Amino acid sequence: MKKETINVSRREFMITSGKVGAGFTLGLYLSACSDDSADATRVASDDVKAQIASDLEVPEVNAWVMIQADDRVIIRIARSEMGQGTLTGLAQLVAEELECDWSKVSTEYPTPGQNIARDNVWQSFATGGSQGIRGSHLYVRKGGAVARHMLTEAAAENWGVPMAECKAANSVITHGPSGRTTTYGNVATHAAELFPPEQIELKDPKDWKLIGQSVKRLDTDDKLNGKQIFGADLTLPGMLNASIKACPVFGGKLKSFDVSQVSSMPGVRHVVAVNDDAVAVVADTWWQANTALDTLPIIWDKGPNANESSASIDKMLDEGLTSKDKVFVGNQNGDVKSALKGAAKVVEATYRYPYQNHATMEPMNATALWTKDKCEVWCPTQNGTAALQAAAKAADLAIEKCDVYKLHLGGGFGRRGFQDYVTRAVSIAKQLPGTPIKLLWTREEDMAQGRYHPITKCKMLGGLDKAGNLTGLHVRISGQSILAAVNPAWMSNGADMFTFQGMLPEGDHAISYSVPNLLVDHAMRNPPVPPGFWRGVNINQNAIYMESFVDELAHAAGRDPLAFRRQLMAKHPKSLAVLNAVAEKAEWGKPADKGVYRGLAVCKAFASYVAACAEVSVNEKGELKIHRIAAATDPGYAVNPQQIEAQVEGSFVFGLSALLYGECSIKGGAVEQSNFHNYPSMLISEMPKVDVIVMPSGGFWGGIGEPTIAVAAPAVLNAIFAATGKRIRQFPLKGVDLRAG
Amino acid sequence: MTKLKINGKLIDIDVDSSTPLLWVLREQLGLTGTKYSCGIGMCGSCTVHINGEAVRSCMVQVSSLDTSKDITTIEGLSSDNTHPLQQAWKELDVPQCGYCQPGMIMSAAALLNNNANPTDADIDSNVTNICRCGTFNRVRRGIHLAADITKRGRS
Repeated sequence: MKKETINVSRREFMITSGKVGAGFTLGLYLSACSDDSADATRVASDDVKAQIASDLEVPEVNAWVMIQADDRVIIRIARSEMGQGTLTGLAQLVAEELECDWSKVSTEYPTPGQNIARDNVWQSFATGGSQGIRGSHLYVRKGGAVARHMLTEAAAENWGVPMAECKAANSVITHGPSGRTTTYGNVATHAAELFPPEQIELKDPKDWKLIGQSVKRLDTDDKLNGKQIFGADLTLPGMLNASIKACPVFGGKLKSFDVSQVSSMPGVRHVVAVNDDAVAVVADTWWQANTALDTLPIIWDKGPNANESSASIDKMLDEGLTSKDKVFVGNQNGDVKSALKGAAKVVEATYRYPYQNHATMEPMNATALWTKDKCEVWCPTQNGTAALQAAAKAADLAIEKCDVYKLHLGGGFGRRGFQDYVTRAVSIAKQLPGTPIKLLWTREEDMAQGRYHPITKCKMLGGLDKAGNLTGLHVRISGQSILAAVNPAWMSNGADMFTFQGMLPEGDHAISYSVPNLLVDHAMRNPPVPPGFWRGVNINQNAIYMESFVDELAHAAGRDPLAFRRQLMAKHPKSLAVLNAVAEKAEWGKPADKGVYRGLAVCKAFASYVAACAEVSVNEKGELKIHRIAAATDPGYAVNPQQIEAQVEGSFVFGLSALLYGECSIKGGAVEQSNFHNYPSMLISEMPKVDVIVMPSGGFWGGIGEPTIAVAAPAVLNAIFAATGKRIRQFPLKGVDLRAG
Repeated sequence: MTKLKINGKLIDIDVDSSTPLLWVLREQLGLTGTKYSCGIGMCGSCTVHINGEAVRSCMVQVSSLDTSKDITTIEGLSSDNTHPLQQAWKELDVPQCGYCQPGMIMSAAALLNNNANPTDADIDSNVTNICRCGTFNRVRRGIHLAADITKRGRS
């Protein structure tokens, strides 16, 4: 890739108040107020807030970049930090083009309300689908480049020299002929008054100095000492605390509750109905609110789904495995029917992937302050804009009268792309005008009121010729569509194309193999359990289906699973490259340690190419140990390799926790699991060594936070088969007898 | 009224005696570094030290405490991020979302209090905190690095 020249819309950069900085710097406001955290009265007074605001009256060069007189650089980040490192990665992108001193960089969140007021200058606030870097790299780099141009121009004007004679590097502008220098901090005020250039050139990737460097995260310090304020930790002056219980049966309503049983309990201030399906206790402290809520007699109208169970849902999906009703085609070539008919051998298998919860470590929460003129919300959200829309709707106020202040997320994984907790908090606050209300869910509420990883089953039929070549493949997915429940506008003629991730003919989630006669179709069956996006969905279950079944086909053909895959991958060189990389790293083909067996998986997910080779052993008691996983990622460009490593390692924890333990079963129309005792997550003792291979091939931008999750489970499952001869097709593994034989 | 010793200070607390220490720390004292996540002692996000031992503060009623119990929270681990674990965590960029990390660090600190040179098996059996982001391998490296930092500091 060469230098890119892109046009700059004056409008997009000039809709600014010039010198701003107060208002949307909540993160700074909070951390500045939490220094003396042993002080129980550490809520910020308006005086403190005003003082901080005036300190922040620093020049805004453009929407992305503010520079203080002492050269400190504040970069605005619209996407949410939830652990994935996007704050640091996006700041690197801006700073690369800005040519600023990285050691002076900090970040802040603009608010979605400011974004509306400034004509969408920061574009998307949505943080999901591994989009943070790949979806915004162009415009954030542009933001940095435009700011650099304006700072350089300001210096040139001050000196009365042509701008072409000046060059910026490391926050210093140098006039070449005279050798004079000045700093960004000196010229920022002047730069903020200039017009942006009409065109700007972005660097050739070969000239990048900061992109591609394993710089340290910008958000670590406060995460080491308790200073980081998450939504659950927020305190506002005069704030009351709320705990909530919604009808645990999906689709049920609130019938009645008996306030008299709790109204005299310590600290209790109010007991309120929330929407038509929940009740909340509001008290001085959250512990008091929750203690009272546990005592409160509540009667539910369980509604139409009270008899739904895992068995009834399975029945619905089983019907879809062979049905012709509501079936959508995702990928098709050749004639799979004839191919299977003419095959020397047909392999058939049916898999099932369960409902799962996100189980973010920080339970859902939001703090809201409502008056008839204004509604403000403080919350951890993956989508500030959607949170603002939800707040305005629940507040019954024009969106211009509302705003949302984001806090770092204690985990997101897709759950915080939904804004139901915002709706709940505002609905409570609206009943108590002028009082800030912090709503924090219990873990039990978080488990019961999820937006679950959807349930699907998958039936696969593969045909092999006499030589063991794959001649045809039919993949029938039966189960739930996320989009049908969440965003029907994204569907195409009734189909949810997201359900075909990993099996599509092209795009970010293309199939990694060339199959001569192929049919991938989906019988949409939508049980009454609310589905949601979930770190890695839908590729994670589809990669289990595809990569397990390809392994089944290889064994049925009497072929080595690596050789069998390679033969189908001639037209998929980048997928083949990552597969070869893990095979080489794991020394596929050479004997492993005694009792240790290997399994492979490969796929394209979120525009990145990923592969894994797992090494496992299963002892005579059937106990699984995952020893080591080699993982390769080609994300095109690697902005921060050490953070990519962290995400790849973390993806194994998320993907393997799901494989080992993750299931939300349904009984009486409600989720049966309630906390980490019956919805466990992996511990450090179960964590394998992970060898991460980051192999960016350039020329495209792939995602990082999710892709590796897709290969985690199938690589381990294929290794379990190699170890035991057992093909596991129902998940999670807990409770499955892995003893060989 | 209960008197507690927290981060070296004697503090009077006026709460219902059944209130868990976690909520006293968070809601009475503003020490919100100690996190709520499960409330049933499973996840370790609320880990603090009582007389140097790692304890899940959601399971400790305030009525069971008095000033003979030296309580240390993440805020009391060091005043300036200089505890060897904090140095190691910084060096290795351990935290992701960070929500479980105060508890993780407090579990690791209690382990190092009792065992200056823990093996991987020691870490496995003593650091049983849940992290959904998946920082485990860096946590493990961080504990070993902190042990090294401590040793270097002594030599």
